[in-house]
Amino acid sequence: MRNQKLVPKVEILHRETSGSRRSSYKVTAFGKTRNQKILISGNEAIAEAAVQAGCRFYAGYPITPQNEIPAYMAKRMPGIGGVFIQSESELAAISMVMGASAAGARAMTSSSSPGISLKQEGISYIAGAELPAVIVNVMRAGPGLGNIWPAQSDYFQAVKGGGHGDYHNIVLAPSSAQEAFDLTMFAFDLADKYRNPVMILSDGMSGQMMEPIVIPEDRKNLLSGICCLTSEKKWAVTGCKDRLPNLVASFRMCLGDTEKLNQHLQGKYKQILADEQRCESVGIDEAEIIIVAYGIMARIAKGAIKTLKAKNIKVGLIRPITLWPFPETQITQILKHRLGRVKYFLVVEMSYGQMVEDVRLAVNGKAKVEFLGRAGGGVPTEEEIIKRLEVISDKL
Amino acid sequence: MDKIFGRPKSLRDIPTHYCSGCGHGIAHRLISEVVDELDIRERIIGVAPIGCAVIAYDYWDFDCCEAAHGRALAVATGIKRVRPEAIVFTYQGDGDLVAIGCAETIHAANRGENLTTVFINNAVYGMTGGQMAPTTLLNQKTATTPFGRDAKSAGYPLKISELLAQLSGVYYVERVSTDSPVKVLAAKRAIKQAFINQIEGKGFSLVEILSACPTYLGMKPTAAVKWVREEMTKEFPLGKIK
Repeated sequence: MRNQKLVPKVEILHRETSGSRRSSYKVTAFGKTRNQKILISGNEAIAEAAVQAGCRFYAGYPITPQNEIPAYMAKRMPGIGGVFIQSESELAAISMVMGASAAGARAMTSSSSPGISLKQEGISYIAGAELPAVIVNVMRAGPGLGNIWPAQSDYFQAVKGGGHGDYHNIVLAPSSAQEAFDLTMFAFDLADKYRNPVMILSDGMSGQMMEPIVIPEDRKNLLSGICCLTSEKKWAVTGCKDRLPNLVASFRMCLGDTEKLNQHLQGKYKQILADEQRCESVGIDEAEIIIVAYGIMARIAKGAIKTLKAKNIKVGLIRPITLWPFPETQITQILKHRLGRVKYFLVVEMSYGQMVEDVRLAVNGKAKVEFLGRAGGGVPTEEEIIKRLEVISDKL
Repeated sequence: MDKIFGRPKSLRDIPTHYCSGCGHGIAHRLISEVVDELDIRERIIGVAPIGCAVIAYDYWDFDCCEAAHGRALAVATGIKRVRPEAIVFTYQGDGDLVAIGCAETIHAANRGENLTTVFINNAVYGMTGGQMAPTTLLNQKTATTPFGRDAKSAGYPLKISELLAQLSGVYYVERVSTDSPVKVLAAKRAIKQAFINQIEGKGFSLVEILSACPTYLGMKPTAAVKWVREEMTKEFPLGKIK
């Protein structure tokens, strides 16, 4: 049976583009073969993972650098009985997702920073109405129109709410095309489990970069439900046949009822905080300095750590995979077991200091927290990280 | 004795929260009667607006979903596309459908979504306290046009039904009124037609219902209804537009 799982077959297309040979790869069919390695961009990995997770509704509005996702969905959805809509706006796209989710489907939208700002209205409604939904933000430089270069400047917006009201998105930060695939599948499960919006926080570099990924043969076993319209969604609006009418709404007319809804939501968030923190830790047991970085920034940091290891500078890495809930437990555990030996945290971001605030809260004064960041399209380089770590190392 | 008239099954027996003379109650009831007559209560999904009718779902005894202000037709699009067998309608006021949701309205209509929209036009914002609506008449006084709506600064009453009728995706548009029993019956016929169109897969149907808001017209209910009949219909003539 291990050889009989469905994995995509890949067709490699070559086309001449103004003299230069350009290759593109597309998933054309699903054959019964073993684990297969495919070359795919981060954006397309997200789109294919969504399809394999049972997402059968996608609505979105074009914006660079995430256009591969709607283009992929436009091609892929019709063949599998799914729905693709190019919406008139981001406001409409997120509301379409809200409707599809309310009707019981696994639904997703994607955008990049300025478009995600527009989606905040709908995200708040989705959170308030307790609907599952997956929202992808392939971050670009801001503020305002900014530019299409990669950034991590939407961390606050993603993890602190973004829209109005006391709510939280679950936020997942992939650092490779493989993880973009894995976390997107996971996102649909989390969204259904908690009836909560889940955001995939990627960036322009991760989205555009092509990498080999493996679609594991036992992937289906990881899913709670592969069907796009799961019968378990008893709350969905489907027509009130043989049951009392269902209502999907965030509005509460009576005084006190909105407070009760908020208390209920806070209870849910507390459970998510307790159960869903995830991070990757590297070289923590020996480290005197710990880098905290997520997404593509963590991969750049790994290069720096490797170089410094050769120079006998002991640097570890914490790579948050869930940005909300932030993996604060991992940081407090490290400080509990290695208090005094871990002297510095260096937070590296493609922003001017957003996640660093959560690191400071978790560290709570028990070690020094320094920050290295660039934004507006600037990406901290391996050399810059090494340089800063050497300066810190000299202070140890 | 045979019972020949009663509460529709799809309308709950609860006290109304609407003001005296408000047209929402009539429109809610007409929809319920049509749902019963077409026997679609187990298939229907309503999308409620933001505005006075935000809790329309408290009255309707069938599945309903909330939408953000103006986004009802986007939410309805999502529902209908994943559940084509369901009968999906939006119930929206003039602010919701014509102002903040103008883009969603035009694009859902232009895509020819197989949906039904019941549009309540009372020429004023009710829930927020009587501000100017896109359909407020020229010279009509509201909280935000205290000297009367002046076209120079506030533009003209927006005739969305006529505008939508131009779109190829739109199958049916009719403007009706609730200002007299005869007109109410005509309104019901139009609503029924709009639902039948969806059942038959004809595409986008919209029924605009001229409705009185005595509270924010500053009139007694009878005077407000008369105002709808005599003043509103001059700007918004009744009848089938498409």
